[in-house]
Amino acid sequence: MLETIGVETLDGLFADVSPKFEGELNLPPMLSEHEALADVNRLAARNVTGLPIFLGAGAYDRITPTAVGAVISRGEFLTSYTPYQPEVSQGVLQAIFEFQSVVSELTGLEISNASVYDGASAVAEAALMTARQTKRDPKVAVSAGLNPRYREVIETYRVDTVELPFDGGITDFSAVPEDVSGVFVQSPNYFGVVDDIGAASKAARETDALTVAVCDPTSLAVLEAPGNLGADVAVGEAQPLGMPLLFGGPYAGYMATRAEFVRQFPGRICGETVDMDGKLAYVLTLRAREQDIRRARATSNICTNQALTALAATVYAALMGPQGLREVAELSISKAHYLADRLNQAGFELRYPDAPFLWEFAVELPDVTRANEALLENGMVGGLDLGYGAMLIAVTEKRTKEELDAFVEVVANAG
Amino acid sequence: MLGNLIRDKGREGRRGYTLPRSDVEKTDLKKILPENTLRKEQPRLAEVDEPTVIRHYTNLSRKNWGIDTNFYPLGSCTMKHNPRANEAAAATPGFAGLHPLQSEAQAQGALQVMHEMQGFLSEISGFPAVSLQPMAGAQGELTSIIMVAKYFEDAEDHTRTTVLIPSTAHGTNPATAAMAGFGVQEIGIDEDGCVDVEELRALADETTAALMITNPNTLGVYEKNIEEIAAILHEVGAFLYMDGANVNAIMGRMRPAEAGIDVMHFNLHKTFSTPHGGGGPGSGAIACSETLAPFRPDPVVDEEGDNYRLVRPEKSIGRLAGFHGNFGVILKAWNYTKMHGPELKDVTDMAVLNANYVRARLKGTYRVPYEGLCKHECVVQPPKGVKALDVAKGLIDHGFHPPTVYFPLVVKEVMLIEPTETESKETLDDFVGAMLQLVERSPEELYEAPVNAPTRRLDEARAARQLRARW
Repeated sequence: MLETIGVETLDGLFADVSPKFEGELNLPPMLSEHEALADVNRLAARNVTGLPIFLGAGAYDRITPTAVGAVISRGEFLTSYTPYQPEVSQGVLQAIFEFQSVVSELTGLEISNASVYDGASAVAEAALMTARQTKRDPKVAVSAGLNPRYREVIETYRVDTVELPFDGGITDFSAVPEDVSGVFVQSPNYFGVVDDIGAASKAARETDALTVAVCDPTSLAVLEAPGNLGADVAVGEAQPLGMPLLFGGPYAGYMATRAEFVRQFPGRICGETVDMDGKLAYVLTLRAREQDIRRARATSNICTNQALTALAATVYAALMGPQGLREVAELSISKAHYLADRLNQAGFELRYPDAPFLWEFAVELPDVTRANEALLENGMVGGLDLGYGAMLIAVTEKRTKEELDAFVEVVANAG
Repeated sequence: MLGNLIRDKGREGRRGYTLPRSDVEKTDLKKILPENTLRKEQPRLAEVDEPTVIRHYTNLSRKNWGIDTNFYPLGSCTMKHNPRANEAAAATPGFAGLHPLQSEAQAQGALQVMHEMQGFLSEISGFPAVSLQPMAGAQGELTSIIMVAKYFEDAEDHTRTTVLIPSTAHGTNPATAAMAGFGVQEIGIDEDGCVDVEELRALADETTAALMITNPNTLGVYEKNIEEIAAILHEVGAFLYMDGANVNAIMGRMRPAEAGIDVMHFNLHKTFSTPHGGGGPGSGAIACSETLAPFRPDPVVDEEGDNYRLVRPEKSIGRLAGFHGNFGVILKAWNYTKMHGPELKDVTDMAVLNANYVRARLKGTYRVPYEGLCKHECVVQPPKGVKALDVAKGLIDHGFHPPTVYFPLVVKEVMLIEPTETESKETLDDFVGAMLQLVERSPEELYEAPVNAPTRRLDEARAARQLRARW
């Protein structure tokens, strides 16, 4: 091969490289697969897993059907790339089309994209989109009900935020500033409470801003579709639809909007078309919005989506169906309310006692740190310490009555 | 007749999964939620059983090519083999079941993986500081450029309005600069395909925030003046950012920090063999100098005694991900690095060897616009009168995924070929054979290609004109 190329040595292939690195990389010595995976297992054992988890706050310990993993480990999906050559990418393309369909069905909005990195980046992309659509400076109204991590990402993406009052677990949309490009409403919000998308939308319309609803997709099995409540954009974290917790990713962010806003919508969109023989096929479309064509004037720099995890969500939705998804939501709600009631009976107050919640709620405890320590000693991963004498607890369909009872007992005994 | 979509294959009431029976009393939604918040119509999702789901998606997968099924020399995408040990690592229950908000004490194994990977990337790049948080290359670019913006804000230097970008750059570069609030100034290339140093000298001034360079660039050419370029930028107080899409060409042979680069991103899904998954998830880790280190995203992993901790860099730009980025991808890349160690240099060498070999074999029949060595990928043009698109579609009939075509924009009818190190000489010879045969065929014949693919060429205009993007 070197002879064909016309160089004498491998070093000769790097004659043009300057400055050269002449040393040896100081990396641990090469391991065989067997040795490397032994290390993986050794480090995995240093993590606390396999216990009932009561943490949520944006990532949920839900049941994933085995068939999801079987589909997404198919090499044809796993080892392909962005479907630039649609003739040999119909599998990924149709999967994206189906993902978009699932998102549109859940959100009640016509246009969905192929997914973005995660829920947080979906929120940030939506914030930027509101500025483009309204031709205003990027500035959005949010409340404490918005996951603080999402808010941080919005700000990192160089969008200003203004804070709306938050009272009794829900947002007060009565005084939205006139100059914002978007009004954000998360429902269920960071504290698990069903917030008022309709009120957000009414306020946004008065100032010609866009309403962005941030929704847990599982909740949309039982809650009204944000599109039907006046949301212009719906975004969220698709992790609950069949993705492992995996210390925070990879997950997938979903985004949907009204057809009239499609030109300012970021991310890849797959559309239906036909081939030369008139046969139905799928292709990436409205590409003129994207970075590889529009460069500095693109709607976003986003290039890849999260195709494989979006496929997981699509397969999950197919396996569950509307009834299964509703059952996941209802089981979680019933168990969460059972736990909340039991904690109440044990003398602990909910932080927002009058607010409607689904499967996540904040409860006031005398010592959250101690409660979490006690839970861990008893083989449970407790909720999120909100830092002001309250614990945010998430209950999924995975939790059993036995675990819930044990949780109450441990917390009660921890004082 | 059955339609094509999963939803068309269902029957009302059919189910693909059984959930555990409830062991608590069912909560009446009407009692806990206001009437107007309850869903009136259920979403029209598929109602199918598990065999139907498996068959549907298995058949869809068969209409899709991946590295597993075909040679996939897509330029600038580094479609190397994805070792299955990586997948096993990420599927380990001790990682897969770890919630991102579990305490540091409960996540020491994961934090150690992240800390070690930070160290690996630091060693490979020569930079003292790393952040693993960006979830894709484009987000790594954005992270880097926002860090530059924050640096100037922090220094109260308000004159920096422009980012310089070579005409060969990926489209994500100008889009990123615009997202970070900068104006974009394009800069030309010289006869070797490298950034035009004279033009740079004329353009760089106190309004310049950074130059975004890809090295080797998208022509597969090593930027021979990289050190001089860095010096010119540093003279005017600007930064040199390197798009790391092409790091597979330099690992163990060159360290970006030693060339004067200030900040760069890696594509773990390219260089470090994690699967592309049909377009993600990826990971766009960044590495940077001491000067920019305080601006890295929140958090990074530090080691304190025997413990690993999440810490916020002093002047952090904030977070870009909901949690810690695409940890699963980082874990796979960590496993890959451990399975190569210092021999990552061999990866580079074989990738560069393969690209130069393909180019040498195509030369003569295909035009080679830039002479000299190429790195891990090469650009060629079909003979005059033959379209790159037609060759690309013809390759499909030969069982090869086409290279990148019509990019970079600076060469007409361009094909950007990246074979990667995981392909054998035999595969490369077969590919070259097909490339050489295709230009012998008549344009009319080529226009018909592909004929042996799941679909023929598509009416792409129709998809946009009659937008239908859901069932």
